[in-house]
Amino acid sequence: MADDMLKSGNLPEHPERATLEGSNKFMGFWFFLGGETVLFASLFGTFLALRNSNAEGPAREDVFGLGLVFIMTIILLTSSLTSVYAMYHMRNHSFKKMQLWLGVTVALGLAFLGFEIYEFVHYVHDYEFGFRTSAFGSAFYTLVGFHGAHVAFGLLWFITLMIRNNKRGLNLYNAPKFYIASLYWHFIDVVWVFIFTVVYLMGMV
Amino acid sequence: MSTTANNKAGFGSALWDYLTTVDHKKIAILYLVAGMFFFILGGLQAMLIRIQLISPDNEFISAQFYNEVLTMHGTTMIFLAAMPLLFALMNAVLPLQIGARDVAFPFINALGFWLFFFGGIFLNVSWFTGGAPDVGWTAYAPLSLFSEGHGVDYYAIGLQISGIGTLIGGINFIVTVVNMRAPGMTYMRMPLFTWTAFIASVLILFAFPALTVGLFLLTFDRLFGAHFFNPDMGGNVIIWEHLFWIFGHPEVYILILPAFGVFSEVIPTFAKKRLFGYSSMVFATVLIAFLGFMVWAHHMFTVGLGPIANSIFAVATMAIAVPTGIKIFNWLFTLWGGSIRMTSPMVFALGFIPTFTIGGMTGVMLASSAADYQYHDSYFVVAHFHYVIVGGVVLGIFAGLIYWWPKMFGTMLNEKLNHWFFWLFFFGFHLTFFFQHFLGLMGMPRRYWKFLPDQGLDLFNLISTIGAFFMAIGTIVFLYNVVVTQMKNVKVGPDPWDARTLEWAIASPPPFYNFKQLPLVRGLDPLWIEKMENNGRMQPAEPLGDVHMPNNSFVPFVMSLGLFIAGFGVMYQGGMWILAGIGFAITAGSLLYRSIKDDLGYHIHKEDFDKEEGDGSNG
Repeated sequence: MADDMLKSGNLPEHPERATLEGSNKFMGFWFFLGGETVLFASLFGTFLALRNSNAEGPAREDVFGLGLVFIMTIILLTSSLTSVYAMYHMRNHSFKKMQLWLGVTVALGLAFLGFEIYEFVHYVHDYEFGFRTSAFGSAFYTLVGFHGAHVAFGLLWFITLMIRNNKRGLNLYNAPKFYIASLYWHFIDVVWVFIFTVVYLMGMV
Repeated sequence: MSTTANNKAGFGSALWDYLTTVDHKKIAILYLVAGMFFFILGGLQAMLIRIQLISPDNEFISAQFYNEVLTMHGTTMIFLAAMPLLFALMNAVLPLQIGARDVAFPFINALGFWLFFFGGIFLNVSWFTGGAPDVGWTAYAPLSLFSEGHGVDYYAIGLQISGIGTLIGGINFIVTVVNMRAPGMTYMRMPLFTWTAFIASVLILFAFPALTVGLFLLTFDRLFGAHFFNPDMGGNVIIWEHLFWIFGHPEVYILILPAFGVFSEVIPTFAKKRLFGYSSMVFATVLIAFLGFMVWAHHMFTVGLGPIANSIFAVATMAIAVPTGIKIFNWLFTLWGGSIRMTSPMVFALGFIPTFTIGGMTGVMLASSAADYQYHDSYFVVAHFHYVIVGGVVLGIFAGLIYWWPKMFGTMLNEKLNHWFFWLFFFGFHLTFFFQHFLGLMGMPRRYWKFLPDQGLDLFNLISTIGAFFMAIGTIVFLYNVVVTQMKNVKVGPDPWDARTLEWAIASPPPFYNFKQLPLVRGLDPLWIEKMENNGRMQPAEPLGDVHMPNNSFVPFVMSLGLFIAGFGVMYQGGMWILAGIGFAITAGSLLYRSIKDDLGYHIHKEDFDKEEGDGSNG
């Protein structure tokens, strides 16, 4: 039975939930995301309380540029779509195509992260707006930084799974792992939608 | 198999077994040992507080040391004693009560324990490195920013580490209950302890992340120059209070709900009746949990949130008295007309009901926001929360420990000593805390190092300290009882209390696979149904087959150790950054190892069961 878990042929319809372990992981991860929601809600609450507390430092309208953030949003939303394609191919048991779309997802995620690092560097160098500048600065970098750290972790997770399973294909043991990694990726994406709205749009419009 | 084999094995292999175990029954014992250690530590700190306050103008300990002891007493008792002792009971009993062979995530269960353990040790290292946290267990800003030394950093990072452990432990129990119930074990047939543990786990899931964020902000402010709580740079100290209490108020329900669950098991067993109003008990549990999230600002009535906010939170708080009252009456109606056996768990339950009711009544008094201006930060509050936490949670924990001791260890604690323990502890408790109500109403503020003579406070403080000694002696009796019982090691059968729920259908202690065949559950109190309508043995729900078991793992220990090491690096910085690098590398490395190494577990083949006849399990 243990060997069956690692065989890559003859998969059932929902390989990510076919085993008890898989369905436990699937459900446990949804609950974990519930906890993550509270985590980000607390960070959003803190940010909203402090978003006008720029002390002597730059305010929101001084630093934020919607162009860059708009590109980042498009990139991350697209990466969510490509991870959906990957899961679609997982359900059709075509491992190669899943890997391909996961690769696209990772590339887009890296691009997003690159833009975010550029954004932070830009703020610090050109506007002298840093983590220690004001309470607003602390709240901004903490909220957006937590999200960025989540993106980085998600990328490492995808890359690890892709390399680890590249040679052996999809099976009942690794299908739940791929699936919850993509769930995590969607969650990150949803959080970014809120960041885009609450941090940037509400700061500019 | 595992238990008998260990008796013959050496100390080293037994230790290794516990360091790597993923068996919920052994993790329960780990939680129990660690929780009792911290309970004794917190108790000693309480004794120091009471000795300092035995007489006016006392100089027994210094003001600074008093602040540290007081902070660590609260922090230790809540996070490192009460929570793990409840987790010990949940781990020991919950999977058995729903007829599961294991929890949903055995590996994460072990990881949760080790994170809690290393977090607790980290916090207590502060005693030896220049002073423990000294700002109260609530660590209000800006006091927590002004505290010198690294005490508060130990608090923030230590609780961060142990908090992650609690969070994943909570997720584990939720999924276990949702996914792992035996055939026929519907939600409305689950024992009430399982229900309350389940709901408490949901509270953990949604409450702890708020603390996580609060602790991160505190760490960033103290160690990395952020300004969340620094008004000079636009910060706001109230944010800490909100985040802390959004976590902190559900936390008290995380503690009390499982204790309610224990009493809801003990009372039906020893009244020989099914629980009165089972479905209303479930409903009340869920309602308490729901309301528990909407009342956090009652800790902040004097902050100045305004009359409207105060009124809303006051009314919401008072509303919690309704479901709690439902529970109290259900327990009383369960007792009504029962054939009551005065065993020690039952005596704990009977002591709990009036004690907790008093704590509940002072709770409603405190909820009146206008009156709260008078009570706030006085000994009245101290008396109130000790009535609910000691009178509720601690009595519940000990009732549960005594009740399930045979299931955990296969031995019975001496009943006579249990009764001695109860009466010493119970009498001492009321002596200690009842009079603190009056001290508070007379105006004595909490957390003060000294009080002055001839202000009418001398006598009650003296009485309170004498009471604390009774509690200490009671606890010593319990510990003595544990040692003597385990030395004698007289084994008992699977069902020594003539109880009603599934855990009593299998051997004490259970075999490591729990149920050879999953039992068929035919209703509430499934074992009692079989006792009344059948031969008293559970019917199997499946033919004898191979049983899948998880592999032991040392990774949870290493993963937690990494964070423990990294904590020092983050705190001391400078040259110590190297420690952070090493620690995070260890944790990240073990995460990677866990991800890429296949861990499929193993199977016990059904043929092998025949070799273990007479293990007392059914089927």
